[in-house]
Amino acid sequence: MSLNICVLAKQVVDPEMPAAAFRIDPDAREVVPPPNIPPVVNGFDENAVEAALQIKDAQEANITVISSGTSFALDVMKKPLSMGADALVLLQDDAFANSVDSFFTVQLITAAINKLGGFDLIICGRQASDWDNAQVPLGVAETLGMACITLGKKVDVQQSTVLVERLVPDGYEVVAADLPALVTVSNELGQPRYPTLRGIMAATRKRPTVWTAADLDLDQGQLEPRVILHDLFVPLRERECEIIEGDDDADSARRLALKLREDRFI
Amino acid sequence: MADATGILVFDDAPQGELAATAQELLAAGRTLADTLGQELAIGLIGADPAAAPQQAIAHGADKAYAVTNPALAGYHPDLYLSAMQALADEVNPGIILIARNNEGRELAPRLAFRLGVGLAQDCLEVSADASTGRLLANRPVYGGSAVAVVSCNQTPQIAAIRPKTYEPRDADPSRSGQVMAFPVDIDPTSAKTRVIDVVKEEAEGIKLEDARIVVSGGRGLGGPEPFSQLEELANLLGGAVGASRAAVDSGWVPSNYQVGLTGKTITPDLYITVAISGASQHMAGCSGSKAIVAINKDADANIFKDARYGVVGDWERVLPALTETIRELTQS
Repeated sequence: MSLNICVLAKQVVDPEMPAAAFRIDPDAREVVPPPNIPPVVNGFDENAVEAALQIKDAQEANITVISSGTSFALDVMKKPLSMGADALVLLQDDAFANSVDSFFTVQLITAAINKLGGFDLIICGRQASDWDNAQVPLGVAETLGMACITLGKKVDVQQSTVLVERLVPDGYEVVAADLPALVTVSNELGQPRYPTLRGIMAATRKRPTVWTAADLDLDQGQLEPRVILHDLFVPLRERECEIIEGDDDADSARRLALKLREDRFI
Repeated sequence: MADATGILVFDDAPQGELAATAQELLAAGRTLADTLGQELAIGLIGADPAAAPQQAIAHGADKAYAVTNPALAGYHPDLYLSAMQALADEVNPGIILIARNNEGRELAPRLAFRLGVGLAQDCLEVSADASTGRLLANRPVYGGSAVAVVSCNQTPQIAAIRPKTYEPRDADPSRSGQVMAFPVDIDPTSAKTRVIDVVKEEAEGIKLEDARIVVSGGRGLGGPEPFSQLEELANLLGGAVGASRAAVDSGWVPSNYQVGLTGKTITPDLYITVAISGASQHMAGCSGSKAIVAINKDADANIFKDARYGVVGDWERVLPALTETIRELTQS
């Protein structure tokens, strides 16, 4: 029997963009997407795609990627398909702009999951690199009443059990749960695979399913925001760095050591 | 729940002692409680929190609940959540504070969704408005490149506080408060996950989180070998070695070396960074350091904006000379 896997993926501004390109619009309380720097699939979500593909390498599985937002760069969001995922579902509506309120996003995602008939396994990145909220996966698990394992660095499915190597501060633990379950993964899972040429060709032919608010069975009472954004600002860095200069690198290093001694750090 | 009032802090006490995170939460909670003129309570989860509740009173709590059940002897998210929900229902607080440590990362969002309320995640600072009872939270977003000020518009308002951002209050054994037993019904079979193995990967020597001096390396080191030089310097200073995510992702050091937003939060007196560019995600884990030293060949690297001392140069020449001079200075 084929395993039905869902991966949640978010389109984010490229976190690797130069710091100088990071701008916010304080009135709109939004980050201004940098011109000429395309968005990316959230890095941890690519780890989630990789985790799903590793399972699919070993057994029959079907991978559906779900994303929600107001607009998508389709070539960016098709990356999971070109890596080897089977289907892409985009929840796209101007009403889906609320990125700060995870509760809202969870309502959209769970409505889509229910409409798709549910999954054996949902894999998510630990957090998105834009709002760093790390809430949506846990909210989906709670709302759907699924077993939930966080911070995986390896995910394996044996029969109807998922086995996860879960990161803890002094190593890892192996955690098991009966399916259906939701797992979040971290970068320790390893480099996501590169799309192959064949994968890219296959992805070009695949059309995403696009659903708007009208397509989803949403409980209006649950869409009321839980978290309100009052302000967004770039923190001031006040520190003056004392650049220690010497005749050459080794001399600078010696002067640095003397300075640290003088200031009683060593 | 308009009558929701008071501040409730959650932590566990696996060793029967009040944890550092609990002390930090009580410091944050005490200020909120005083601003609002409300009560500060703590729920200490475990099989037997022993001395922890009394210690919590000394650290600022008005009420300390020992939330007990034999099934709570070790951490299990599903069982802890049942216990937390039971106490939250009993206390009906206006505000709940949880540490955003490894456990809080999963407990805080799950509790919020279970209660159907919002969560201010990973907060650096929380304050309360005495007239409205509203909790305002400052939280870093975009890897720390920006700060968002958020509030929750249902009660309880829940905030997860980043560890090591609040300084614990000094214990005052003369403070009075109420220690209350709160045994909870827990069905151990309600746990949907089970731990079947634990693998320790502890680095030798001083723990990264506890070290007074930390020497970290990044992408610019170019490979795993230079970490032995970092270790030499760290050993000399009685410190520990850390790394940026780039070095961990490259497989040069194990993941428990990682300092940053998704790694460890450290607050050493001296943080020496070698060939680390200083992305905001890295700085999120070390910005509480008393002084940062930057060694980087790129004078425009971000790290110099946060550093107190900087050397613009090639680490391959800077590091050996630094280690040698420190050896002479500290061993003479």
